[in-house]
Amino acid sequence: MKDLVGIKELSKDKIKLILDTASSFKDVLKRDIKKVPALRGKTVVNLFFEPSTRTKTSFELAEKRLSMDVLNFSVPTSSVVKGESLFDTIKTIEAYGVDFIVIRHSSSGAPHFIARNVDASVINAGDGINEHPTQALLDAFSILERKGSLKGLNIAIVGDILHSRVAKSNIYLLSKFGANIRLIGPPTLVPEMTDYHIDVFYEMDEGLKDADVIMMLRIQMERQGKGFFPSTLEYFKNWGLDMRRLKLAKKDAIVMHPGPMNRGIEISSDVADSEQSIILEQVTNGLAVRMAVMYLLKKESENA
Amino acid sequence: MHNSILIKNGHIIDPSQGIDSIGDILIEDRKIKEVRLQPNKRQGEVKVKGQIINADGLYVFPGIVDMHAHLREPGFEYKETIKTGTMAALKGGITSVCCMPNTNPVNDNRTVTEFILKKAYAEGSCYVYPIGAITKGQKGEELAEMGLMYEAGCIAFSDDGRPVVSTLLMRRALEYSKALNVPIISHCEDISLSDSGTMNEGSLSTKMGLKGITYAAEDIMVARDIILSELTGGKLHIAHVSTEGSVRLIREAKKRGINVTAETCPHYFTITEDAVANYNTNAKVNPPLRTQRDIEAIKEGLKDGTIDVIATDHAPHHGDEKLQEFDKAPSGISGFETAFSLSLKLVHDGVLSISQLIEKMSYTPARILGINAGTLKVGSQADLTIVDMNKEFKVEATKFLSKGKNTPFEGWILKGTSVMTICRGKVFDCQSFIGG
Ligand SMILES: [Zn+2]
Repeated sequence: MKDLVGIKELSKDKIKLILDTASSFKDVLKRDIKKVPALRGKTVVNLFFEPSTRTKTSFELAEKRLSMDVLNFSVPTSSVVKGESLFDTIKTIEAYGVDFIVIRHSSSGAPHFIARNVDASVINAGDGINEHPTQALLDAFSILERKGSLKGLNIAIVGDILHSRVAKSNIYLLSKFGANIRLIGPPTLVPEMTDYHIDVFYEMDEGLKDADVIMMLRIQMERQGKGFFPSTLEYFKNWGLDMRRLKLAKKDAIVMHPGPMNRGIEISSDVADSEQSIILEQVTNGLAVRMAVMYLLKKESENA
Repeated sequence: MHNSILIKNGHIIDPSQGIDSIGDILIEDRKIKEVRLQPNKRQGEVKVKGQIINADGLYVFPGIVDMHAHLREPGFEYKETIKTGTMAALKGGITSVCCMPNTNPVNDNRTVTEFILKKAYAEGSCYVYPIGAITKGQKGEELAEMGLMYEAGCIAFSDDGRPVVSTLLMRRALEYSKALNVPIISHCEDISLSDSGTMNEGSLSTKMGLKGITYAAEDIMVARDIILSELTGGKLHIAHVSTEGSVRLIREAKKRGINVTAETCPHYFTITEDAVANYNTNAKVNPPLRTQRDIEAIKEGLKDGTIDVIATDHAPHHGDEKLQEFDKAPSGISGFETAFSLSLKLVHDGVLSISQLIEKMSYTPARILGINAGTLKVGSQADLTIVDMNKEFKVEATKFLSKGKNTPFEGWILKGTSVMTICRGKVFDCQSFIGG
């Protein structure tokens, strides 16, 4: 495997391998000295065409923990704004001899387009409204830590599924492992996904019943006023997660969120900070998973 | 006797006269001088001094009249020119090309129309019929000078590429065009509903993370324009039909006697939305490729006469423009050189008879537009194409004469192709360009 462009394209075995490898990297992260020489001498470029402090920081730290040379391509000052095409940009970057390209882009399929055109390993850090594969991997890793298995779990994904690449990648991953997926949200934000075994709920209370996992999604505030829902007040009332609703799920249900949260809009503060919330663990696990992905891509491309 | 050509023993199909028979065609001074069918052979051999083409085992059809194409000149000569476009057309068996007005400047005034016609006369290989814009600058605000453009040579009006959003303006266009008795060709898309989508909306668009365009965006506009056509009595022609719903609406409208005609393009009955999987920008078109169900409905519409015409919607783009993120790449297929062979599949598959196909590709579009083409009647222009129905060839974009190499059919093996096209009295050998 040269690239990680999506979960759709990834086999169950590959996912297992990544999660197992992440486990050993998580042990590394518990040590005093958290750096390993696994990818010393390799160069990675982080190409973020869309701002994202969290994902970018997570990747950068993972890269440094693997002893890579890290280049950050900051888009606003680059030639991209002067009209250079994405193709020319990546060809230029390739000419520097980079081994990995981590890309976030507002166009769905941009990482696929790059992967076809360069020899470097391409890692999708979020493309348009398509996928965010490392997020789904870290989510699975976090669930497994708490629940031991994905099979048969009732997993509720709540909110703006239509525009959420996190939700999409999670749906692909979790359905490969036999989880029962429920989508909960306003009908305007739940897309058609007839190829998957999914239960759709427009009513939150009903959808949360007996859930093992509740994955909350970020409401993109710029969607408000675009007619997907009338107001954040109404949104929270119907699809926000508060303590009363959390009680409808299983007693040991866990609450997840990819961050950053809008407290009081999709999730109440007391839920976010509750015992059942594993939101901060997700952040730590993200590091281990991203290390695992880069480590394995390097290994496999060298064996090829 | 100068400049005469005799085509011998071809299987002549001419729906305009109901001809489906082996025979000879004599061309003199760019006109059909004589059509002699086999049962009348005892009239004796036609004697000529000019060129003799042996069409034994081949078919002879009136040249294709493509009522929907983009030649890109003026303004986008890096994508295509009238010179390269018309050469590509001839290779595809097309002898008349109607070009859409979305050039730069827009063909919304007689000066641009005259420029296109002069250029076509000087550098073109086949006939070019400009289609004028309905509104100035295709902005959808004011009617363009249709009368003056008509006088200059425009044969229809369209804002193709975008719909006329204002229902009032569309009503006026349909009303006003009645004075000229020309069709208004409508690009049916409710853009507030398609909302910058880039492929068909459905399970696949969700899976690819691409914003979809629902079939309803087309159907709603088709319904609106049919209602306006009924109200005004104007000649409405629906461009590039891609949905089951459009077919149904047009069928009903025709039954009720409304003045509406419709076209579709080979890609809409040949490939589905699956062609854009892996973000293949060469399969990005507008309206987008739809589903198998839509394909079946379109075939049914072709069969029962709901869809009158097959056009190419030849839309060449530069390679760099397609080498982009899917949502940023422009829409369109370079269609001249594959359209006829792809359409022949309808005959091979028993959807249409060969006569019906030729009618939809030559005679009917000529009739809708009121142009003198699409027939082999004695005295008419000798525009025709000679076809080997069994010749197989591989689609290779690098061999296209069009500057546009954007095709989703790369590598396909197609059966049946023009081997020779005659237009403006000149014989064009298609094969020397196919490498056959
Ligand atoms: Zn159009």
